[in-house]
Amino acid sequence: MTTIFGYPLPVVLGQLVLGFVNGSFYALLSLGLAVIFGLLRVVNFAHGAFYMLGGFVAHLLLIWFGVNYWGALILAPLIVGALGVGVERALLRHLYTLDPLYGLLLTFGLAMMFEGFMQQQFGSSGITYPVPAALTGFYKLGFMVLPIYRAWVIVASLTVCFLVWILIEKTKLGATLRAATENASLTQAFGINVPVMVTLTYGAGVALAALAGVLAAPITQVSPHMGTSLVVVVFAVVVIGGMGSIFGSIISGLMLGFVEGLTKVVYPEASTTVIFVIMAIVLLIRPTGLFGRD
Amino acid sequence: MNAPLLELKNLNAWYGESHVLHGVNLEVHKGEVVTLLGRNGAGRTSTLRAIMGLTGKRSGSVSLFGQEAISMAPHHIARLGVGFCPEERGIFATLTTGENLMLPPRVAKNGGMSVAHIFDMFPNLKERLNSPGTKLSGGEQQMLAVARILRTGAQLLLLDEISEGLAPVIVQTLGRVIRDLKSRGFTIVLVEQNFRFSAGLADRFYVMDGGKVVHHLRQDELAANATMLQEFLGV
Ligand SMILES: Nc1ncnc2c1ncn2[C@@H]1O[C@H](COP(=O)(O)OP(=O)(O)OP(=O)(O)O)[C@@H](O)[C@H]1O
Ligand SMILES: [Mg+2]
Repeated sequence: MTTIFGYPLPVVLGQLVLGFVNGSFYALLSLGLAVIFGLLRVVNFAHGAFYMLGGFVAHLLLIWFGVNYWGALILAPLIVGALGVGVERALLRHLYTLDPLYGLLLTFGLAMMFEGFMQQQFGSSGITYPVPAALTGFYKLGFMVLPIYRAWVIVASLTVCFLVWILIEKTKLGATLRAATENASLTQAFGINVPVMVTLTYGAGVALAALAGVLAAPITQVSPHMGTSLVVVVFAVVVIGGMGSIFGSIISGLMLGFVEGLTKVVYPEASTTVIFVIMAIVLLIRPTGLFGRD
Repeated sequence: MNAPLLELKNLNAWYGESHVLHGVNLEVHKGEVVTLLGRNGAGRTSTLRAIMGLTGKRSGSVSLFGQEAISMAPHHIARLGVGFCPEERGIFATLTTGENLMLPPRVAKNGGMSVAHIFDMFPNLKERLNSPGTKLSGGEQQMLAVARILRTGAQLLLLDEISEGLAPVIVQTLGRVIRDLKSRGFTIVLVEQNFRFSAGLADRFYVMDGGKVVHHLRQDELAANATMLQEFLGV
């Protein structure tokens, strides 16, 4: 059998593909966090809870209203994004003049509230969400059997990340967002309604988290704590990529998915901690992150 | 005489707890070029920022185009027709020169200066459209900072220290631009450290000290007040 550095090639490739799937989730989630942090300077600790709510809304849309997966893919981000808009207007807005720590504490509290509420309503065991009929089945890749759904997750996440990147880097709206991220008060002094922009940006970042939640539902099951440990990893990804860097968050999300996959082959015991080790090293060597600006 | 286009009455402003403007009174009429003079820390930048709503708390009255703007948000103030060029120039590093130029939305229905016209005025900008804004030379950045508010149709321009730190030939170009804008009917408030630059451009001068206006002079009164100006400007 072919080996690579003494490890069977099929095992390495298999873990890389699974790492790719995880990396797509990291990319989608850290992208939203980075956009929010860039403009609002809020470390959105509720991101994992919004991801979870995305999964739950998909589930509830299905059992209450018979809305299928494709409908949920559109509706759940809109519904959860609207909740994010409400949170920004009612709560976060009042904290911008204070130390950024308050935003982190508030969103941390919100995460606990959302998770606690869902647990109290629906219990803490996972709820299975069916894979949509069009995406059932497997690709036989030789070295592994890849569920079509997972391939779809990679394609869908990367497409969304790419579109968001284009939107931010190449359009007029994106230029306005970048300007406000750099200097919000001057941007507003040019006649741009920055407060509304802040609200919509938070809503959009939250909607991305919810979209990831819908994508995850058929893979991980829907449960109140599905986002709790994920969000911690995603924070590490954002720190590694550079707080606020859009490109950095996407690339480091994917990269760290691969690294995690490889670690599972080489030294499985470290696979859950490797990202944090990298984070520590990056913070020591380059505190602004791999792609961050000084 | 018509109502002033900009009128400050007993304007007070704070940055957090620190009280920086202590009752500024001044007025600027349509088509005038007015300069705020004063030594470092006199409150000139703060006056422009307070007009734009960029300080902390404000009190008193800021009337712009006949509307009371003291409790308006900065984006509403800009949309009354005010263009602001900040002291630090405020060119965005993450935006290209072109994106910097096109950033401010139009504030006047019948548009401002066309991009072609702006390139006639500042030919350097045209060649640098795709470079990051902060890769431009200091002079080019200053031109970009002025050009970007001309595009919007703003009729009142607040220009903070535009000649500061620039080579004499660029200062001359900017002087020509100000005269040209005045002849087109723009109303301009200059904040200047460079007394000689503004002396030749402005119709009237307000001298600030300690967060208020302490003197007011017309162009033809400058010579007679040289001693007083020396005292307040240290020129
Ligand atoms: N962001 C700020 N926070 C607190 N105080 C400030 C701030 N900006 C300015 N000040 C203070 O307000 C006063 C007026 O400053 P301002 O910048 O308006 O002066 P200026 O006349 O423009 O002078 P110059 O630009 O030459 O320094 C100064 O005492 C300054 O220290
Ligand atoms: Mg100043």
